[in-house]
Amino acid sequence: MISARLGLYGSLLVAAVPLALTIAVGLLSLLPADSALHVPGYVVTLLGKYLAYALLALSVDLVWGYVGILSLGHGAFFALGGYAMGMYLMRQIGTRGVYGDPVLPDFMVFLNWQELPWYWYGFDHFAFAALMIVLVPGALAFVFGYLAFRSRVSGVYLSIITQALTFALMLAFFRNDMGFGGNNGLTDFKDLLGANLQAGSTKAGLLIATGAFLSFFFLVCRHLTQSRFGKVLIAIRDAESRTRFLGYRVERYKLLVFTFSAMMAGIGGALYVPQIGIINPSEFEPANSIEAVIWVAVGGRGTLVGSMVGAVIVNFAKTVLTGTFPEIWLFVLGGLFIFVTLFMPRGIVGLFTGLRTWRSQPAKVRKQLTGRALEAGE
Amino acid sequence: MRRWVSGLLLLCAILPALAGGRLARADEIDDAIAGFAGNFAEVEQAIGALAATDDAVAPKILEALADGRLRIGPDHSLYIEDAKGALVEARTGAAADPPGKLKPVKVNNRVRRAVEAAMGQLTLLSPDPGQRMNAADTLFRSPDPGRLPALEQALAEETDARVKALLEQARAAILLMVPETPDADKIAAVETLAARGDQAARVLLGTAAEKSSGEIAAAANAALKSIDRELAFWSGVQSVYYGLSLGSVLLLAAIGLAITFGVMGVINMAHGEMVMLGAYTTFVVQDLIRNAAPGLFDYSLLIALPLAFLVAGAAGVAIERGIIRFLYGRPLETLLATFGLSLVLQQAVRSVFGPSNREVGNPSWMSGAVDVGGLVLTYNRLWIIVFSMMVFALLILLLRKTALGLQMRAVTQNRRMAASMGIRTDAVDSLTFGLGSGVAGVAGVALSQIENVSPNLGQSYIIDSFMVVVFGGVGNLWGTLVGAVSLGIANKLLEPVAGAVLGKIAVLILLVLFIQRRPRGLFPIKGRAVET
Repeated sequence: MISARLGLYGSLLVAAVPLALTIAVGLLSLLPADSALHVPGYVVTLLGKYLAYALLALSVDLVWGYVGILSLGHGAFFALGGYAMGMYLMRQIGTRGVYGDPVLPDFMVFLNWQELPWYWYGFDHFAFAALMIVLVPGALAFVFGYLAFRSRVSGVYLSIITQALTFALMLAFFRNDMGFGGNNGLTDFKDLLGANLQAGSTKAGLLIATGAFLSFFFLVCRHLTQSRFGKVLIAIRDAESRTRFLGYRVERYKLLVFTFSAMMAGIGGALYVPQIGIINPSEFEPANSIEAVIWVAVGGRGTLVGSMVGAVIVNFAKTVLTGTFPEIWLFVLGGLFIFVTLFMPRGIVGLFTGLRTWRSQPAKVRKQLTGRALEAGE
Repeated sequence: MRRWVSGLLLLCAILPALAGGRLARADEIDDAIAGFAGNFAEVEQAIGALAATDDAVAPKILEALADGRLRIGPDHSLYIEDAKGALVEARTGAAADPPGKLKPVKVNNRVRRAVEAAMGQLTLLSPDPGQRMNAADTLFRSPDPGRLPALEQALAEETDARVKALLEQARAAILLMVPETPDADKIAAVETLAARGDQAARVLLGTAAEKSSGEIAAAANAALKSIDRELAFWSGVQSVYYGLSLGSVLLLAAIGLAITFGVMGVINMAHGEMVMLGAYTTFVVQDLIRNAAPGLFDYSLLIALPLAFLVAGAAGVAIERGIIRFLYGRPLETLLATFGLSLVLQQAVRSVFGPSNREVGNPSWMSGAVDVGGLVLTYNRLWIIVFSMMVFALLILLLRKTALGLQMRAVTQNRRMAASMGIRTDAVDSLTFGLGSGVAGVAGVALSQIENVSPNLGQSYIIDSFMVVVFGGVGNLWGTLVGAVSLGIANKLLEPVAGAVLGKIAVLILLVLFIQRRPRGLFPIKGRAVET
C-alpha cells in the first residue's frame, strides 16, 4: 500500500507535516497584527477545524480502508467526544454564565433543573473529561461492534445500521430532557485548563495540539497497519471467510480496530469543540458521517495519508464555495461522490502514485488494482 | 248574527284570561330584569329567573349580556346596544331614548357560566333537533341542579332518540351533583354515564366517586374502570390504525428499495429522492390542472400516478445505466455514489422549485374523516392504506406471473446461474432499477397527500425504509410487508408510552438486537448464493 511505499522515513516525514504546519501557523498568528508574516485568527480556527476533521477521516480510513467496514456513523463518535469536551468546558464557566449559577450550566437553570444530573459529575476535572472523551465513544463502539460483528452483520447492512445509530443519537440529543442542552447544544465556553479560549495564544496552542495528535495517530495507524496485525486486517478486508478459515478470530480483530477508531474520532471531536466554540446535535447528522467517508475516498482509501489530505482539501473547497456560491456546493459535493467512486477509486494519492502504471496494465490487473478489496463485501 | 255575538262573548271571556297570563309572565320578566341592577350573585339569580320565563326576549338579553352589550339605566331598565352602537329597550325591542347615563352590566366568570347554562336551557325546547342536542350537550358539560325541572320537562316531551339519550345523560350528570338525590337514582345515573363512556363522563364520575361513599362510590369506581378500559382500548385501536397508516407509507417507500436491493445487492441512497420526484410530479400536475382545467382537480392524483411512475422510473433507469452499472460488485461504492446523487437531486429540486414547502391539495374524495366507534379515520390515510395494498398486490403479481418477474427472481437467487441460462442480467438490472424507482415515485404521490412536499421529503423516510428492508429481509416482498407494518405499528404503539423520539430510538435499538438473532432479516432467502 501507499504507506508501505513511503517507508519509515517517508512516514515520519508525512507525520512531521501537520505538526510543523501547526507550529508554524500557531507561532505566526502570535506575531503583532501589523507584521508582514502575521496569520489572522480565523485562519488558525479554520486550520484547526480541518485538522480535527482530518483526524476523523484518519479513523474512518482505518476501519474502511484496512478492514472494509464502511461506517456511516463515525460522526457519532466524533460528536460524543466533542460533547464530553463540551461538558468539561461548560463546568469551567462557573458563575460567569448568564444566570451565574455556580454548578448548573445556563440551559439547566433555564429549564428549571434543581441539581446536576449524575452523568455530569466529574466533568469539572479535566482528567476525568479526557478519560470520557475516549471511553464513551470507545464503549459505544465496543458494544455496538460486539453485537454487530458477532452476528456477522457486514457490508451494506452494517453501513445502514451505523447510520441508524447516529440518527438515533441525533434524535436523542435533540431532546431537552437528555440534559445536553437540546437543540442549542453546549456553547459560550470560557476557558480550557485555565486558559482563555478567546486568547490568541490558547487558539495557537489548541491548533498545535491538534497537529500533534494528528501526527501521533498517523504514526500509530501506520504502525498498526504495517505490523503483522495490519496484515491480518487487510486479509479480513479482502477475503473475510478465508481469513476466518485460516484460524483468525475475525470478529475480535474487527472489534478492536473499530473501537480504537471510535476513540480516535472522539479525540478529534474533543479537539474540534474548543476551537469552534459550540457542539450541538446536528453533528450527529447522518450526512456528516457520509461526508467524512467521502473525504477519505477523495484522498485515497487505505492510504492513511490520503484521508488527511482529502479531509483538508474537501473542507477547504467547502469553505471557499459555501462562501462564494452557496448554491452550487451540494452539486459539487454530490458530484464529487459520483466522480470519485467512478473515476478515481484510489483517490488523489492513487492518482499520484499509480495513474501511469494503472493505465498501462491489462484489464485484469486493473480490476485487481481498483476493486479487488471490495469484492469480498459482495 | 248569533254567531257574531257568541264570537264576541267568547272573545270577551278569553281576552282577560290571555291578558292575565301575559301579565303574570310580564311581572316575572320585570322582576328578573330588576335583578340585573344588583351584585354578581343577584345578577346570577336574575339570569336564572329570566330563563325560567321562557319569554322570547330572554335569549336576546342573555346574548347581549354575554357579549357585554347590555346597559342598565338609572331607573333599572335594561337597554341593548347593537353592533352599530344604537340602543334599543331590552324589554320591548323599541328604539330607546334613555333618561340618564347608562352603565354596562358587569360580568364575571360565574355570571358568564350562568348565561351559558341559561342559554342551554332556553334552547332545550327549540323545534330544531340540532339545537336541542347542542343544548343538552351544554347542560351535560356544565350541569346546574337549578334547571333539573326544565330538563325533566324537555325529556318528557322529547321524541328524537338521540336527543333523548343526550338529555338523559345531562340529567344523570345533574342528579349525581345533587346530594339529596336518592341512592338508587344516583346509581342509575352512574350507569347512564358509564354507558356514555367518554372523557367528559369520566371526569363527572371521578368527582362523584370522590364526593360520595359506600355503594355509589363503588358503582362510580367500577364505572370509571370500565370507561378507562374502553378508552384505553379505543386509543390502542387508534394507535394501531396510525401504525397501519405509517406502515403502509413505509411499505410504499421501502418496497422499491427491497426490490433493487434484493435483485442487485445495491443500496440506492437516492431512493428517497425518487419519492421526492414523484411528489413534485404531483405538484406540477396539480399546478397545471389548476391553471388549465380546474374541473379535473379531483382526478389530479389519478393523472399524477402514471406520470410519477414514468418520471421516477426513467430517472431510475438513467441512474442505473449512467452510474450503477459501472460499480457492480462494489456495493459500498454504489452506496456512496448514489448518496452523492441524492445530494445533487435535492439541490437541483431546490434550485428549480425553491427551498420552501410546496402545497399539494387533497382532492375532495380524500379529505374529511369518518367516525367508527371511538375511532376517527381520515380518508387520506385510509386511501393510502388501500393504495399501498394495491401496489403490493400488483408487484406480487408482476413477480409471480410475468416473464420479467421470473427473470428477476432468478437473478435474485443466483445471478451467475441465471446468466448461464440465457437471462440478460444487465437488462433485468435496468428494468428492476426502473421498476423500484417507479414504485418510489408512486409512493411520492401518496406521500404528497399527508406530508409537506419539500426537497427533504425523501430524506425523512429513507432511514426508516432501510430499517424495513433490514428487518424484513431482502428478496421477499412479504418480508417487506410484515416489516413495514410491524415497524409502523411498533412506532405508534411506543409513541404514547415513551414519546415520539424515545419511541423511535427504542425501535432502532430493538432492531439492532433483532439483527442479532436474524442477521438476514425476517425472511431470508435460502440457498447458497446468499452465503458468499
